[in-house]
Amino acid sequence: MPVPYRSLWILLLFGLAWSARGELTIEITQGVEGAIPIAVVPFAGQAGLPEDVAAIVRADLGRSGRFQPLPPRDMLTRPTSPDDVNWGAWQTLGQDYLVVGSVTSLGGDRYEVQFHLLDVYRKERLAGYRLPAEGRTLRRTAHRIADIVYEKITGQPGAFATRIAYVTVTRQDGRRIYQLQIADADGHRPRTVVVSPEPLMSPAWSPDGQKIAYVSFEHRRSAVYIQTLATGAREKVAEFPGINGAPAWSPDGGELALTLSKDGSPDIYVLNLTTRRLRRLTHSFAIDTEPSWSPDGKRLVFTSDRGGSPQIYIVPAQGGRPRRLTFTGAYNARAVFSPDGRKLALVHGGRGYRIAVFDLASGRMEVLTTGPLDESPSFAPNGSMILYATQVDGRGQLAAVSVDGRVRQRLRTGDGDVREPAWSPF
Amino acid sequence: MKRLIWLSVAVALLAGCQSTGRKGEATTQDAAATAEGATTRGLAGEEETALYEVRTEGLGAGEDAGPDAAGLLARRVVYFDFDSAQVRREDLPVIEAHARYLAAHRRIRVTLEGHTDERGSREYNIALGEARAKAVARLLELNGVDAGRIRIVSFGEEKPVALGHDESAWQKNRRVEIVYDRS
Repeated sequence: MPVPYRSLWILLLFGLAWSARGELTIEITQGVEGAIPIAVVPFAGQAGLPEDVAAIVRADLGRSGRFQPLPPRDMLTRPTSPDDVNWGAWQTLGQDYLVVGSVTSLGGDRYEVQFHLLDVYRKERLAGYRLPAEGRTLRRTAHRIADIVYEKITGQPGAFATRIAYVTVTRQDGRRIYQLQIADADGHRPRTVVVSPEPLMSPAWSPDGQKIAYVSFEHRRSAVYIQTLATGAREKVAEFPGINGAPAWSPDGGELALTLSKDGSPDIYVLNLTTRRLRRLTHSFAIDTEPSWSPDGKRLVFTSDRGGSPQIYIVPAQGGRPRRLTFTGAYNARAVFSPDGRKLALVHGGRGYRIAVFDLASGRMEVLTTGPLDESPSFAPNGSMILYATQVDGRGQLAAVSVDGRVRQRLRTGDGDVREPAWSPF
Repeated sequence: MKRLIWLSVAVALLAGCQSTGRKGEATTQDAAATAEGATTRGLAGEEETALYEVRTEGLGAGEDAGPDAAGLLARRVVYFDFDSAQVRREDLPVIEAHARYLAAHRRIRVTLEGHTDERGSREYNIALGEARAKAVARLLELNGVDAGRIRIVSFGEEKPVALGHDESAWQKNRRVEIVYDRS
């Protein structure tokens, strides 16, 4: 019985592959000159807890490139409440800000995390919060603390308590295994949500962060699925003849833009997720693909080679004449809107493929990365960083760059190729 | 037999799960009961996620049907220039030979799989791979093959045959594979 035995073998393999999960580690490859010195003192009540809250806050702030957290070994005192703070000692250490706090057990697995953000030079408290937590939510609570500290000091919301989705490809005995994974924004807690022997592509978060749309070739042809993350339940929303690709959620979550080639060449369509009605948005004989909605839902950008080379075009969401946006370079593709709607991040080809930011008002293109094979840009929901796929030593890896190009991070994984990152909404 | 297989899978998955030390997992559905034979499992957690596992039976690259022949028919792959969907002149005799074979074997169907190299964006490459497969399909049709016997699928850059990152690897990956469907 060759067939059943073969499938048994393959499925067992997937079981093993799924359990062999490697965490992403994120390192800063370039930080901001003059990053803000901040001391996050180890919290009281930390002993015996599953997570080191202060260490997570420290790592988040450090990873942003905008802060330079003081290593705990350099802390001369370790206050855990504002009353214990010797201001002069922290001034001597050159610290601008100080975070102190405590974790109190409320019995069972329940905790209360309290923290204070202090301005060392003004000798005043900028923020103080009590946050409820459970053992398994302590990491998220720590990310929330980092979000609050980041916003109080920079004026911009933090995006530490968010998630990323990405596709990994590993090889076992000459076969490829494709996995769609989700991890916390700091690379911890990677979880596989789809595993398949055929390609998985183009993950896209629903605006509420509860679902992911993606392309799967599991029947050796493309189809677009929407999967609810909590349950693993999924629904096939497009399996037309030809291409079913590039899903993009409208900002209100009611529609899904897609690339379909059922009527000839690839064109952009919009699927109403309630009525299931499909409307066609572009009508060219060329390739039209990779739609992305403006944050106000009124327009979409897409890639088209109707002018002879791939370039970015913009079209009203209700239909109309597409207008070409990019004229710099022979290859511009896979554009996505920034959260404020003012910029696009895209793949800019020339000498290699690099991530660039295109300013919609001025039409200026600024190349942020060095290539040679960078692709799939995705904005952090606060607009600060762009996550993208790159190649390091011939292997697909993820990296991030700040929109101003000053901060650079690399995300490392255990093995295989990592690609197509998508940063979750808040 | 099938039940036994799924049981084994469930055991393997549970074992994998336990090794991660996660608490509160719940099996929401047993694998054999779902229509597509997929495993859906809920993991209790702060943000719950569940695994969807695609069943693989009947998929994968097996040997296809089609001509067991030497010469032009033995060639099942045609190659393309960078960012081009134009069939090269030297490949025309290969496609014509396959068209003649299909004309002589009217019950056989063929799938044209379009592929690209790794450069450029992935969904654009899906479109480019489809354009390549369509170019080969048109030539088969011009040589008398009924369009209804030709299936087209593009994998873009997702299934490279050469794993390098230089022109020699890229050239091998910019291709259309002619796959005779198993009857």
